[in-house]
Amino acid sequence: MADFLFEIGLEEVPARMIASAETELRKRVVDLLTRERLGSEAMEARAYSTPRRLAVLVSGVLQRQQDIAEELTGPAVKIAYKDGQPNGTPSPAAIAFAKKAGVAVDALKIVSTPKGDYVAATAVKPGRAAAEVLATELPKELAAIYWAKNMYWRAGKPERFVRPVRWLLALLGDEIVPVGFGGYTAGRVTYGHRVLFGAAPIEVGEPQAYLAALTQAHVMADVELRRHTIRKALDRVCRTAEGTRWREDQALVDKMTHLTEWPSVLLGNFDKEYLSLPEEVLVTVMRDHQNYFAVETGDGKLAPYFLAVLNTEADEAGQAVIRHGNERVLRARFNDAKFFWEFDQRMTLEERLPLLEKVTFQKDLGSYAEKTERVVQLCKIFVDRPGVQKLGLDYNALIDAARLAKTDLTSELVKEFTELQGAIGGLYARAQGFSEASAAAIYDQYRPMSMEDRIPRTAEGQVLALADKADTIAGMFKLGLEPTGSKDPFALRRAANGIVKILAEGMLPITLGEVAQAGVGSGDEALIGKVEVFLAERLEFYLREAKGQAYDVVAAVLAVGADDVRDAVARTEAVSAVRGGEDFREVSAAFKRMKNILVQASEKKIAAAPVLDVAMLKDGAELALAEKAADLKPKVAELRARQEYRGALEAIATLRPQVDAFFDAVMVMDPDEVVRANRLALLARTLGDFSGIADFAEIVVAG
Amino acid sequence: MGVGVKKKALTFQELLFTLQRFWAERGCVLQQPYDVEVGAGTMSPDTFLRVLGPKPVRIAYAQPSRRPADGRYGENPNRLFRHTQMQVILKPPPVNVQELYLESLQAIGIDLREHDLKFEEDNWEWPVGGAWGVGWQVMLDGLEITQFTYFQQCGGMDLDPIAGEITYGLERIAGFLQDVDSIYDIVWAVEPDTGKKTTYGEMRLAEEEQFSAYGFDYAEVDSLWEHLRLYEAECLRLLERADELLNHPDTSKLVHRRLPILGMYELALKCSHLFNLLDARGAISVTERVGVMARIRTLILRTASTYRNKNAFDWKYDELRARQP
Repeated sequence: MADFLFEIGLEEVPARMIASAETELRKRVVDLLTRERLGSEAMEARAYSTPRRLAVLVSGVLQRQQDIAEELTGPAVKIAYKDGQPNGTPSPAAIAFAKKAGVAVDALKIVSTPKGDYVAATAVKPGRAAAEVLATELPKELAAIYWAKNMYWRAGKPERFVRPVRWLLALLGDEIVPVGFGGYTAGRVTYGHRVLFGAAPIEVGEPQAYLAALTQAHVMADVELRRHTIRKALDRVCRTAEGTRWREDQALVDKMTHLTEWPSVLLGNFDKEYLSLPEEVLVTVMRDHQNYFAVETGDGKLAPYFLAVLNTEADEAGQAVIRHGNERVLRARFNDAKFFWEFDQRMTLEERLPLLEKVTFQKDLGSYAEKTERVVQLCKIFVDRPGVQKLGLDYNALIDAARLAKTDLTSELVKEFTELQGAIGGLYARAQGFSEASAAAIYDQYRPMSMEDRIPRTAEGQVLALADKADTIAGMFKLGLEPTGSKDPFALRRAANGIVKILAEGMLPITLGEVAQAGVGSGDEALIGKVEVFLAERLEFYLREAKGQAYDVVAAVLAVGADDVRDAVARTEAVSAVRGGEDFREVSAAFKRMKNILVQASEKKIAAAPVLDVAMLKDGAELALAEKAADLKPKVAELRARQEYRGALEAIATLRPQVDAFFDAVMVMDPDEVVRANRLALLARTLGDFSGIADFAEIVVAG
Repeated sequence: MGVGVKKKALTFQELLFTLQRFWAERGCVLQQPYDVEVGAGTMSPDTFLRVLGPKPVRIAYAQPSRRPADGRYGENPNRLFRHTQMQVILKPPPVNVQELYLESLQAIGIDLREHDLKFEEDNWEWPVGGAWGVGWQVMLDGLEITQFTYFQQCGGMDLDPIAGEITYGLERIAGFLQDVDSIYDIVWAVEPDTGKKTTYGEMRLAEEEQFSAYGFDYAEVDSLWEHLRLYEAECLRLLERADELLNHPDTSKLVHRRLPILGMYELALKCSHLFNLLDARGAISVTERVGVMARIRTLILRTASTYRNKNAFDWKYDELRARQP
């Protein structure tokens, strides 16, 4: 057994693509070794990566495949021997077969088959050396690695990869495996940190020496070690600014881990004067434009510091130079933002309203001025809902917010930081003396941006966000621009997910049907129906993805109604909570059986009696079921009305003894037509009375 | 402070000389800036057209690049209506192109051991030119100093071989080397005998003020549209004529050689610049925007494919002629 090391050296790979490629390379190498019978029981693989390399180190690799014995069948005995006898003289056919199988003629055997006796041989297929297999097969695996964006670099375009390949290293034990890819053949040489080590080649004696050799060359190839190093350094360096902590940012830690080979952290500061700019702007500049971590004080307020992760190691004097450069860049960026902020104050949001006539929302849906008009109307419709009126929201503040919501699109700051649309408008509204309710609603209008994002904080904000999204979805559907398959250029699914999330987690008693109706406007029932179905699909997605509910529970719940989002969430949670109980399971199974019987009957045109005639129930079991169900009905209905779905479901589960006894004792499809019709009516009534929360027939019962 | 101040930092013009000399010594032909308004060095025909086809190219030039919307009347210390790009095209890119680039940084006085260097993904795209490539923005102590691109497509056509493009932002680098906070404080030149300094502001501030005012306040929208229409019509007329001539068997070698592809391209560039001016003026709605961009894209893509067709003929012709005794 030996260790196998493979490294592919590349020009800097985009940070966002490294983690998945590292995992994929390891999987491909392990699968290849397993498929080729080169993996031992003890085989273990570790993957490494930096911006300039992907590597995998596998221990417990067999040096050579085991030989395989293969049974080959040759010609029939009567052809194989001149006299047709097994011990006769071999014919040319037998000699040729022995040659092909790689055995001596006298090693041929006879096998009996239903078709007669045949000559056979045990051929031994010698195992191939691991090095040979790897050299042939690994290049195909490399070529198949998925990259979100790849490129050609050599003339004649022989291959595509994420960035140009610059070296290959492949060692099985201390021997080179000549893997070829991208114009290179693997050797035993790797390279260190561009600046801290330079361009000198590093010879790797054997696979286990790899990590140490790279560490010597200022490359930390282990991703988790780098991540840990960065986190520790952030903690340590941040402590030098008293009373502060760095703002946790997992995505940025991850990015910096994949942007560095030898990370260190540096604390810089900026002039306190910039703290007068909105925190959102400062953080966006630091985080999104400069890859800096924001630093805050104990009370969560931004402090005038930043933390930069470097791809180098510098002494104090060196750090001072690098700090100076970074501070200079940040100062310029902040100055820009300040310039835009001050420039924007020359014009109020009210004064910007006419400018919206020149900003197109969508060519067939008109300008943002027209969109604003529609959104204001939608807000009015939603506020008029009786349940919404009870929330006591600030009507004037909402209408102000809706009118001014899009005006920040004409500001310089939003043109510069498009990701801050909405937030900037909210901040300007506050600065210009609008109420907090208006400012917050404008600020939150695009939320939630994702399933993880929060919904608008206030009822006014929720109404505005709902109206904006409903208008966009309805408008695009009117133009036939609904999403198809993976294509959703106007992010309508995200908008609809937002609507569902706002209704599920907010306070608005508005149904999906009302949203569709209001967005489309009256008249086009077919289109309203289409939008409703689209929204219901997003509700299903929300229940499954955001709430983690089982497929069948969601199907059962939505089968009886998908209009009221919060109600659907409550019903789903209740069904999930009771579905594990034995009684509930059995009752569900029984309901499914009832439904099947009714469906089959209706297919055979056997009608149930329109009304159940209790007097006709002869059997004790059917009478018991009818009575118990009648007894339970008002209780369940009352619990349902109070949305105490779990209690209602538990009550339904108490039907089990009667249901069990019924199916044990009673034959529904009685030969007597009248009895049969009455029993079908009993099933229909029972199903009808207890299926309002979910269609239990959709519940999958294991076993 | 004064930590980052380099006593012997290059002046703006020395920076340009040094980079030009560096790349000339590595085989680049030095070209002068292109004399039609462009938004980036990439749009000069020395890049855009030369990267097409199989012929190897090494060329370098400084290109003043106009972006009317970025004008700030000279009030913003970091934004310019017109900045200077140092453009290097290497087709095909040598294997050690990144190392060559890093050497060029050493040549202009950046000791990499004293700085933090990162190559961060940044893919370049010019949809109107049907051009895109993958590459990086090169970050030095948090400052983007260079755009490094491997061109993959240009004029809507796949490139083979591809070209490597290195674009240095000269103002940014000079500001970094000289450690000044405003572009206008960059020392452009120093008189060797008197030591008198000329700053970037002295050379260019008036231009920034006046062209910002022209772009934002004075430019006459109707006549800009009219100019755009005229340049477009002229370009289309040439394209149609070229199609006829290229497809006609009787077209003489001389007429063929003199087909004004470069003229068409220049007219398309004029349209692109007028579009940028109209955009800065706030005269293009989002709806119109898509349509006008499509019109200019048509001009540029058709010019590129005409260039390829003409050159395919020329290359073949050259090849045939080379075989004659």
